[in-house]
Amino acid sequence: LSSLVFVETKGSGIEEGALNAISAARKLSGPVTAVVAGSEADAAAKTVAKIEGVDKVVVAKDAMFDHALPETTASLLKALQEKEGSTHIFAPHSAAGKNVMPRLAALLDSQQISDIVAIEGEDTFVRPVYAGNAIATVKTSDAIKILTVRTTSFPAAVYSDAASATEEVAPTIDASPLSKWVKEDVAKSDRPDLAAAKRVVSGGRAVKSSEGFKIIYDLADKIGAAVGASRAAVDAGYCDNSLQVGQTGRIVAPELYIAIGISGAIQHLAGMKDSKVIVAINKDADAPIFQLADYGLVGDLFTIVPELMEKV
Amino acid sequence: MSSKLRILVGVKRVVDSAVKVRVNSAQTGVETANVKHSMNPFDEIAVEEAIRLREKHGKDAVEEIVAVSCGPTKAQETLRTALAMGADRAVHVKTDAELEPLSVAKLLSKIVETEKPSLVILGKQAIDDDSNQTGQMLAGLLNWPQATFASKVDIKDGSLEVVREVDGGLETVSSSLPAIVTTDLRLNEPRYASLPNIMKAKKKPLKTVSPADLGIEIRSRLQTLKVTEPAKRQGGKIVASVDELLDKLRNEAKVL
Repeated sequence: LSSLVFVETKGSGIEEGALNAISAARKLSGPVTAVVAGSEADAAAKTVAKIEGVDKVVVAKDAMFDHALPETTASLLKALQEKEGSTHIFAPHSAAGKNVMPRLAALLDSQQISDIVAIEGEDTFVRPVYAGNAIATVKTSDAIKILTVRTTSFPAAVYSDAASATEEVAPTIDASPLSKWVKEDVAKSDRPDLAAAKRVVSGGRAVKSSEGFKIIYDLADKIGAAVGASRAAVDAGYCDNSLQVGQTGRIVAPELYIAIGISGAIQHLAGMKDSKVIVAINKDADAPIFQLADYGLVGDLFTIVPELMEKV
Repeated sequence: MSSKLRILVGVKRVVDSAVKVRVNSAQTGVETANVKHSMNPFDEIAVEEAIRLREKHGKDAVEEIVAVSCGPTKAQETLRTALAMGADRAVHVKTDAELEPLSVAKLLSKIVETEKPSLVILGKQAIDDDSNQTGQMLAGLLNWPQATFASKVDIKDGSLEVVREVDGGLETVSSSLPAIVTTDLRLNEPRYASLPNIMKAKKKPLKTVSPADLGIEIRSRLQTLKVTEPAKRQGGKIVASVDELLDKLRNEAKVL
């Protein structure tokens, strides 16, 4: 048994969800090899080598792997699985993990298991289905297990002073035809990242406008929280799509989740119901969010949130 | 557009998104009998996008839109919905076997071989199994480029440009055709089929094939050991004021 973990690079840095995927891989007995690829993979590898629980870092320094392009990245992981004889391949259930891993699974003729929340054995995994309204335990008969990891269900691996060995690789990749990365339009923010934040303040339809959404940002900044949103708020154009929390958006599980003007559709609850403490602020006392919230406050958000800001 | 396009869209019949599902008493799955089913919402977006591409580029450019569904006889209801929305004809891969995403991708790859589409549009995930795999797997099997989680699709001069929803915002990728696109929520708002179109859809061609006809043996890799209800939260406490809320958060929950 041995595991491969795909670590997405961001320039010379890494996407933090890999730390949770490494913890998941660590739950199995075998060694853990991290894969780092891209034009600055050598710099990123220095960071990855210091993650506790990583036994070896494999570095594929080539611009063809930038932006985790799925065609090249899946072929690279396939080549590395063959080279290392890996039995388990992990990635976070992030945009990149979701994009790359099923393609890899097809190349390896393996039925991927997505969004795992627990590991019960080397072939048995637990995952939510139906927007988290049911939890399935599944056992795979595939020799190579392809797994994407719900990052909020596994602790982030920590960094240590000792660095593991790194090894440069340059496998031959048949990478045509492929998609080309053109550009990105990523919201720049000094706020904590939604998926990893200890506190999240989210706004919904009742915030009414993008101007109205400003009080969500203000409260978040006041308490050092990340900002989230319901699908209704995103669809109405009150905020950026990257803020969406839910079945098809980001999954969060902070210590404190404050839902403001969010009624609590099943699809939204799927993205936040594992939060430690949930606060709901809503005008409608019958909103389903109140059944789930640890503390509900019924009233007009445009009165309550300013008062909260003043007193917190 | 320089060359003619044939678009294949995949559709799946799932428990309707508004249904609050219940785990069955045997803990083997969720109750699906006597529960409303609909087309997977992401697949509706896929069908809509194919129709919009034809509306934008014209009937000569998008010569045909073919809807495919894999599953039991009732999958035909979902195919009729796709036809009523505007697809031209349908292919039903009929099987009562439990279908995992890899099996569906293999069946679709065989349909692609015979139908020869230049673009395949699929929903990014089905809201029952929430796997988010089939499109990427199909792209891998065919060795085609993939553009997943699309919020904007443009085709010009035989190439594809897609704006994708990624974790921090949006990303634009381009590729040659043929290619696989999977849809995200904000790509479009699907239309409702009108009554005349529902009537017309009953006469549109629907072909049924079996996995054996396609040379595919369905083999399950996953065994579901059990399905349980998620842990229930002890929610429902209402506080009277901001002061009480802050007091509880500070002194009871200790999160502030």
